[in-house]
Amino acid sequence: MSAIKSYDHPTNANQFNQDQDRTHWHDSSLWFIREKRDRMSKSLPEWETLRSCASQIKAHTVSKLADYLEEFEKNATARGVQVHWAKDAEEHNQIVLEILRKHQAKRIVKSKSMLTEECHLNPWLEKHGIEVVDTDLGERIVQLRQEPPSHIVMPAIHLKKEDVSNTFHEHLQTEKGNNDPNYLTESARQHLRQKFCQADVGITGVNFAIAETGGFVVCTNEGNADLGVSLPKVHIACMGIEKLIPKADHLSIFLRLLARSATGQPITTYSSHFHGPVEGGELHIVLVDNGRSKIMNSDDYRNSLKCIRCGACMNTCPVYRRSGGHSYAATVPGPIGSILNPLRDAKHHKTLPFACTLCGSCSDVCPVKINLHEQLLTLRTEVKNQKQLPMSKTLPMRIASYVFQRPKLYAWLGGIGKFFLRTMPRFLIYNPLNPWGRHREMPEAPPESFRQQYAQRAKKKSDDR
Amino acid sequence: MSSKDQILKSVRNQLVPSADLPSLDQDWIQYDDAVAHFGEVLQAVGGTAIAVEGIDGLTEELAKIPAYTDAKKTVSCVEGLVGTVDLDRVEDPHELEDVDYAVLPGEFAVAENAAVWVTDAKIRHRVILFIPQHISLVIHCAGGKVEEAVVHNMAEAYQRLVWSRNEFGCFISGPSKTADIEQSLVIGAHGARSLHVFFVF
Ligand code: SF4
Repeated sequence: MSAIKSYDHPTNANQFNQDQDRTHWHDSSLWFIREKRDRMSKSLPEWETLRSCASQIKAHTVSKLADYLEEFEKNATARGVQVHWAKDAEEHNQIVLEILRKHQAKRIVKSKSMLTEECHLNPWLEKHGIEVVDTDLGERIVQLRQEPPSHIVMPAIHLKKEDVSNTFHEHLQTEKGNNDPNYLTESARQHLRQKFCQADVGITGVNFAIAETGGFVVCTNEGNADLGVSLPKVHIACMGIEKLIPKADHLSIFLRLLARSATGQPITTYSSHFHGPVEGGELHIVLVDNGRSKIMNSDDYRNSLKCIRCGACMNTCPVYRRSGGHSYAATVPGPIGSILNPLRDAKHHKTLPFACTLCGSCSDVCPVKINLHEQLLTLRTEVKNQKQLPMSKTLPMRIASYVFQRPKLYAWLGGIGKFFLRTMPRFLIYNPLNPWGRHREMPEAPPESFRQQYAQRAKKKSDDR
Repeated sequence: MSSKDQILKSVRNQLVPSADLPSLDQDWIQYDDAVAHFGEVLQAVGGTAIAVEGIDGLTEELAKIPAYTDAKKTVSCVEGLVGTVDLDRVEDPHELEDVDYAVLPGEFAVAENAAVWVTDAKIRHRVILFIPQHISLVIHCAGGKVEEAVVHNMAEAYQRLVWSRNEFGCFISGPSKTADIEQSLVIGAHGARSLHVFFVF
């Protein structure tokens, strides 16, 4: 699958569905992870308590975010950390570039960070002659293929081992046709070790930052974040301002939820707590707003800032599973992406709130209890109010509303409809003007309408009397 | 106005209803046998837990691990056990690139998720936690009791932690792993390919 050019979710989803076997495979891979998550959540009797605590801690933090940001800066600075503030993606990228220039850094290793994806840091640095290597295996695979990640936790979930084998053969000279995941992972290990050893600076994201201590936590399974920042002297950590939590003890809640929700593991292999630079080195933290403070104001969408990026809502989403992450044409796909992206850029992402069956499964699994499906429904109204809906959605609704307000017309049209459904040739009913008929049979027309049945019943009753 | 002031102003300008913090004092899970549970979970995530008596017991068990006996370059930060490299004399952490085995101190273990808390308090280069091919973590059990070294859950774990120093700290649960290629679990992505946890009583 090459980079998708359209923002239109239905178009992209359609393209993904051309390969039916692959779609089924994608669907079941994600469902497998969803089931692991279920088993893990059931192993803890306090699961629901954890979810409510997490949700409340996040709600509290957002309500006093400015204070916590200041507290964080003060405590981090006291530990010798250099704190930077960026209003938007551009400023973030500029800050990172300046730090790299100061150290004449040419080679960078970066662990997974959705924020730097959101800011398009890689192309920006490459434009300035700096090599950036993504060190998470999944991210490295998609980076070599020049594709964006298709999932926030498993960036290469859309690829089969044959695809990875071909990519590695081309870029890392692995054996052609060797599809063994052990062999391929080992080759990536060797390749990336070189990159780790050559790196001038390591960049990471941040899973949680602690106001009380001025420290932060990064979680990985591979150990790539840690290797990337403990060899070079300079570490840059980039975080959205919503990643803050008040106290270190609150990590006990979030670390218990994160990996269980994400991949069905009891915890990630490495949960690293950074409190200050390495001996003789520098630690920089870039705090990024990029539209987050605006979302805070809205009662409808504020909750979306609670997201800890576990990916559970994607794994469970029937639409995501069958349309693939790239169909969302955004850094964060799936249910949470369908909220965050239109809030940031309604014009381009207007189809995303409709990439949803409103089944509510996302809200059920979300570890911080975001009311995802409700927000998606509210967003639809907004897209409509902004007159961004396509005619195919608005016109039938307008006609229906006109008809429903006129009972006589409704009755008359109902009769006509039944007649046509029964007597018309198939090609007149199943045509491009009827998207409902594309994948399903129209309902069989009943011999009598409800009105007719009701009238007969009433007549029979009065006759009986 | 600086970006910092702009962001803070923009955040302060928003009307956000106040919300209280929840109590962290709840009925968190307790296991009948926390030590045994730790061992089971560790095994499930690809590691091995072993209880040994004193440093002699440790040496004896290490001698049974091929990765340890075959190792050419080793590091030990555990008292009573020496490696081939003295970490304190290493100036540049890059020199540790080819360490085959490291035996490192862990502080305590968590039963619910098989995590061991480690810090770089007694380790000069923290990369030694991640760069060796194989790792053992050694936990000294207070009063000779293994139960003393294992807490039941993460809430208890954080109660044990203090943040006064600029230490690096990490919960490590099992060896490095990835499932990024078609969801097949592969042990040994970038960090250690195997992890043994020793409780020394
Ligand atoms: S919205 Fe909830 S389920 Fe989805 S990624 Fe964020 S925290 Fe996870």
